[in-house]
Amino acid sequence: MTTRPATQKNLLWLQSGGCGGCSQSLLCAEAPDLVMAFESAGIRLLWHPSLSEASGADFRGLLEQIKAGEVRLDILCLEGSVIRGPNGTGQFHRMAGSDQPMMAWIDDLAHRAEHVVAVGSCAAYGGITAAGDNPSDACGLQYDGEENTGLLGADFTARGGLSVVNIAGCPTHPNWVTETLMQIASGQLHARDLDALGRPRSYADHLVHHGCPRNEYYEYKASAEKPSDLGCMMEHLGCLGTQAHADCNTRLWNGEGSCLRGGYACINCTAPCFEEPGHPFNETPKIAGIPVGLPTDMPKAWFVALASLSKAAAPARLKENAVSDHIRVSPTQRGKGS
Amino acid sequence: MSRRILGPFNRVEGDVEVQLDIVDGTVREAWVVSLLYRGFEQILQGKAPQDALVYTPRICGICSVSQSVAAATALADCQGLQMPANGQTATNLVLANENVADHLTHFYLFFMPDFAREVYATDAWYPYIAERFRAVKGTAIREVLPARAQFMHLMGLLAGKWPHSLALQPGGTTRAVEIQEQMRISSILFGFRRFLESTLFGDRLENILALDSLAALQAWADQFPWQHSDFCRFLHVAEKLQLDELGRAGDTFMSNGVYPGQTAPLFRRGVWTNDGLSPLEPDDIREDISHGWMAQGEDGAAPKHPFDGLTVPDAEARDGYSWCKAPRLDGQVVEVGALARQVVDGHPLLRDLARHSGGNVRNRVIGRLLEIARVVVAMEGWARELLPGEPYCNHAPMPDQAEGCGLIEAARGSLGHWVKIEKGRIRNYQIIAPTTWNFSPRDAEGQPGALEQALVGAPVRAGEKDPVSVQHIVRSFDPCMVCTVH
Repeated sequence: MTTRPATQKNLLWLQSGGCGGCSQSLLCAEAPDLVMAFESAGIRLLWHPSLSEASGADFRGLLEQIKAGEVRLDILCLEGSVIRGPNGTGQFHRMAGSDQPMMAWIDDLAHRAEHVVAVGSCAAYGGITAAGDNPSDACGLQYDGEENTGLLGADFTARGGLSVVNIAGCPTHPNWVTETLMQIASGQLHARDLDALGRPRSYADHLVHHGCPRNEYYEYKASAEKPSDLGCMMEHLGCLGTQAHADCNTRLWNGEGSCLRGGYACINCTAPCFEEPGHPFNETPKIAGIPVGLPTDMPKAWFVALASLSKAAAPARLKENAVSDHIRVSPTQRGKGS
Repeated sequence: MSRRILGPFNRVEGDVEVQLDIVDGTVREAWVVSLLYRGFEQILQGKAPQDALVYTPRICGICSVSQSVAAATALADCQGLQMPANGQTATNLVLANENVADHLTHFYLFFMPDFAREVYATDAWYPYIAERFRAVKGTAIREVLPARAQFMHLMGLLAGKWPHSLALQPGGTTRAVEIQEQMRISSILFGFRRFLESTLFGDRLENILALDSLAALQAWADQFPWQHSDFCRFLHVAEKLQLDELGRAGDTFMSNGVYPGQTAPLFRRGVWTNDGLSPLEPDDIREDISHGWMAQGEDGAAPKHPFDGLTVPDAEARDGYSWCKAPRLDGQVVEVGALARQVVDGHPLLRDLARHSGGNVRNRVIGRLLEIARVVVAMEGWARELLPGEPYCNHAPMPDQAEGCGLIEAARGSLGHWVKIEKGRIRNYQIIAPTTWNFSPRDAEGQPGALEQALVGAPVRAGEKDPVSVQHIVRSFDPCMVCTVH
C-alpha cells in the first residue's frame, strides 16, 4: 500500500536566471492536469510565479513567515539558474521589492526546506544561461556544469536528507516534474532513485534513443543529410539521442511529439554543459569520417565494424527515404516483392 | 509624496519592479525596473549562425516559438532563402498555436485572477468572479488547462514539442506533415473552437469577428446575462470598474506584421496614431541606453540601430535604473501588442475602441480576445492548405559574410532580431522584444516608456500596499520580462 501524506506538503516555487519554459511546459501536463496533479499528491502551492494571486508585500510576507518558522517549507523548487554576477554580487538578478539578490534568498530558503528541487537544466547545472562566456556567472543549485561547485556546494543535503534533486531538461517534460514531486510528497524518493548527476532515475535511466521512430534508419546507418530528411540524424546532423539520458521517445511531448519526431536532432539537454557542445549543434563532429560521439557504453571498434556492415546491407528503400521528407518507397509486401 | 516600491509582480513572465511617486492617492510618476540580466546577446557572439536557433528560443519559455521564428527569419534574410508554401503554412500554424495559447494563458491565469482580490469583496459581481477566476482554485483553470494542453498537441504534431523546438528553420519546417496528421490538426482545431465558442465567447467565432464598433460590442453583450461567457464576465467587470479609463499610454501603436501569406501577411505592418496609418521604417529604430545599466560604446551613449547595437552591462552606469534598453521609433515611444496589431491591421472594432479611448486596460484585453478568434479561424484555413507530399523545407548554404533581420509579432507584440555574420560566425546579435518596447526605461530626452506613461494617474486606494489598479495596468500589457532584457 502506498503511503499517503498525512498532511499537505507545502511547495514554494521560485524563478531566477532562466526562461520560465519549465513552468510553461508544466502547464501542458495532461491526465491529470497540473492543478489536479498537485491536489491528488497533497501538494499545497504556497506560491508559484505564474499561478498564484499574491504579489509584492503579500509574497514578501510569506517569505518572512517561512524564515520565522511560521510556515513549513516542505519542497523548494527553483527554476532557472542561480545568478552570481557581476563580481559575485548577484545584482544581475535582484529580487523585486527587496534589496537582496535572488541568490541570497535561494541560499537562505534552501537551508530551511525539507527537499530542494532544481527544475530544468539551468537550476540543475547552469544550463543555457551559462553558455558562451557565462556573462551572468550563472550556475546550478548544487552543480556548476559537471562539477558540484554550484551555489549550495558538494556537501549540501536538504533537511530531509537528500541532495538537490536535479530534474534536468531544457525544458523539463511536465510529467518528469509532477511524478518526481508526487514521489517526494509521498515519501518515496530516496537517494537510490537519483543518478550520479542527481537526476531522477525514473526518466534518466532511459536513453532518448529508446523508442526513436528512426530506429530502422539507425540500424542500417541510413542517414539524413539536411533538416526535414527522415533518416538517422546521428551521422551528419548532430543527434545525441544514443547518449542522452531521458525517455522523450517513449513518453512523448505535447501528446505525440519529441525532438526526433519533430524532425530535428536531440541536443542532450538533460546533461550538464549541453549548452556548449564545442561544435555547431546541428553538425556531427567527425574524425576520419567517423562520428566522435558514439554510444557511451559500446566498444568503439565494434560500433565502427557493425556500422560499416549494416550500411553496406541497407535496403534501397531506407537509403532513398533517409534523404526524403516523406516516405517515397514503401516496405515490400511479403510475396509481392520485385 | 511617497516613493513606493512594488514587487515582485507574479503572473507576468519573469519579474519586474515598479517604483511610484504617489500624490493624493494618484500615481504621479513611475519607473519600471527590469531586474534580470542573462546576456544572450553576449552569449551569441562568436557562435555558428545556425546555433541561434538553439539559443534564442531559450530566451523565453512563453515566447519560445516567436524567438525561433524571428531567428529563422533573420538567418533566411542572410541566406536569401524563401520557404516553400508548406513550410510557411506550417510555420504560421506553429507560431499561431503559441500566440493563441499565450493569449489564453494571459486572460485566464495571469490577468483575471486580480479581480478575485479581497479589495473587491464588496462589489456585487465579486463572489461570481472570484469563484470563476481565483488563482489555482477557480473553476475556470480546471477547464482551461486541459483545453490549452489539447490545443498544444499541434506542437507535438508540427514542431516536436513546446517550448524550445528546432523545427522552425530558415527554409521552412523539419516536420513534413502527412495526410493523417493534417486530419488530426483540423480535428484539434475543431475541439479548440468548441471550447472558445462555449466557454470563452458564448457565441460563434464568426459573430465575434463581425463586431465592428464599440456600439456593436455593447449591443452584442447586452443580448446576454453578464455571466453568459467569460468574455461577457470580463466586459461586465470592465464596465463596472471603468477599465477603459485605466492605463492609457501614448497611443502610438506599432506592429511588424505577421503570418506571411502568398500575397500579403494576415496582419499588416505599420504604425497607427489618431492621424492614421503610416509605414513602419525599421531603419528608424534606435536603442537608447541612457537609463539602462549599460556601458557606453567608444562613440558615447548615442542611441544605436540594432545592427550596430552594443550590449555591455554596467551595474554602476550613472543614470541607470533597469537592465532594459529603451527602443524608440524615430525617437517616439510606441506601444506594441495584440491591440496595436489589430489597430494597425485595421480591424474595425479595435480601431473604433482606439479612437474612443486609446490604449487602456480594457482595450488591450479585448484586442487579445478578438485576436484569438481571428487567428483560430485563419488556422483552420492553413490546416486545409497543407499539401502532403510537397516539400516543407528549402535549403541554402550560410554565407560567411552577411547581415539580416527578422521582424515578426509574438503574442505580446513586435519582436525583432538583427544578426551580423562575419567569417562564418555571429559578429553581433541584437534583439528587441515586445516588452522591451512597452516596459522600457526613460530615454535621453527624458521620455518615459509606455508602461511608465500608462501608470501615471492610476488611483491608489487608502491603505493599499500594492495598488490593484497598478496590478491591472502592468498585466494588461501581458509583459514578458525574460524576453525584455534577455
